[in-house]
Amino acid sequence: MSEIERLALDYLPVIIFLVIGAVISGLFILGSVLLAPSNPDPEKNSAYECGFPAFDDARMKFDVRFYLVAILFIIFDLEVAFLFPWAVSLGTIGLVGFWSMVGFLGVLTIGFVYEWRRGALEWE
Amino acid sequence: MAVIAFYLIAAVVLVSALSVIMARNPVHSVLWLILAFFSSAGLLVLIGAEFLAMLLVVVYVGAVAVLFLFVVMMLDVDFVELKRGTLRYWPFAVLVGIIFAAEIVLASVIGTADMETNFDASPGAETNAEAIGQVMYTQYLLLFQMAGIILLVAMVGAIVLTLRHRPETKRQNIAKQTSRRRSDAYELKDPTPGQGI
Repeated sequence: MSEIERLALDYLPVIIFLVIGAVISGLFILGSVLLAPSNPDPEKNSAYECGFPAFDDARMKFDVRFYLVAILFIIFDLEVAFLFPWAVSLGTIGLVGFWSMVGFLGVLTIGFVYEWRRGALEWE
Repeated sequence: MAVIAFYLIAAVVLVSALSVIMARNPVHSVLWLILAFFSSAGLLVLIGAEFLAMLLVVVYVGAVAVLFLFVVMMLDVDFVELKRGTLRYWPFAVLVGIIFAAEIVLASVIGTADMETNFDASPGAETNAEAIGQVMYTQYLLLFQMAGIILLVAMVGAIVLTLRHRPETKRQNIAKQTSRRRSDAYELKDPTPGQGI
């Protein structure tokens, strides 16, 4: 068995999952294209405003607070990503490895306390 | 077979990366970028760096792409305005391109034939994640702690730059709510008729 075949066998559940996902989502798109009545009209396609012509485009600017939430999410996402290799190799890296991670988490906890105290986690 | 898979995925990476800069709609650019990230993860799986591949999907597709979408949505998506002034950036783009090309050439010159044929994504360990874990927290301790401090700076910087409290919004103070007693809120009086309070 060649290298690539073993790789494909290892990833068989992932491949099956991807194929099923692609087939199901493709069926939904195809189904709505084939079955749904499509009778476009400029009035139907315009943005809905209650009783008067639309003021402006629906593509408006987002509040910058969404960006803040996303950035804070990325930082803690990365923190968790650092935990994975640490967890699998904890048996071999000894006390130094353990405490280096505790220091790393401690530094990020300072940031976490800061953002909590500043109210960055609240949505007004 | 592995070579065919490599060229197939690499072609997808190149085409989607090209589409990122060719697409007229910035939202489409971000979607092409997500495809490029996914295909790069496929390349990493092919060389056996599975942990890095999953990390690429989790961090870049899961978080960075969302961030890019937010940035695109925060832009005023006025396409005519966006197209204007593209020409001004040409010298800068050429400079960046030359630096990238030089780095790739440098890497391929330094890389020996042995590194190419006997590449090991997880030296001295069973998996890629273990190989990283065995050196990152001990041998590269200083760099690891620096990464933590960089993340802290990013966190504080993002809060300082974007957090604006609006004084007029009313916030719920739960401690104040639950410590409120009946006597704080109202008082019972018994006025005699015809006199008032």
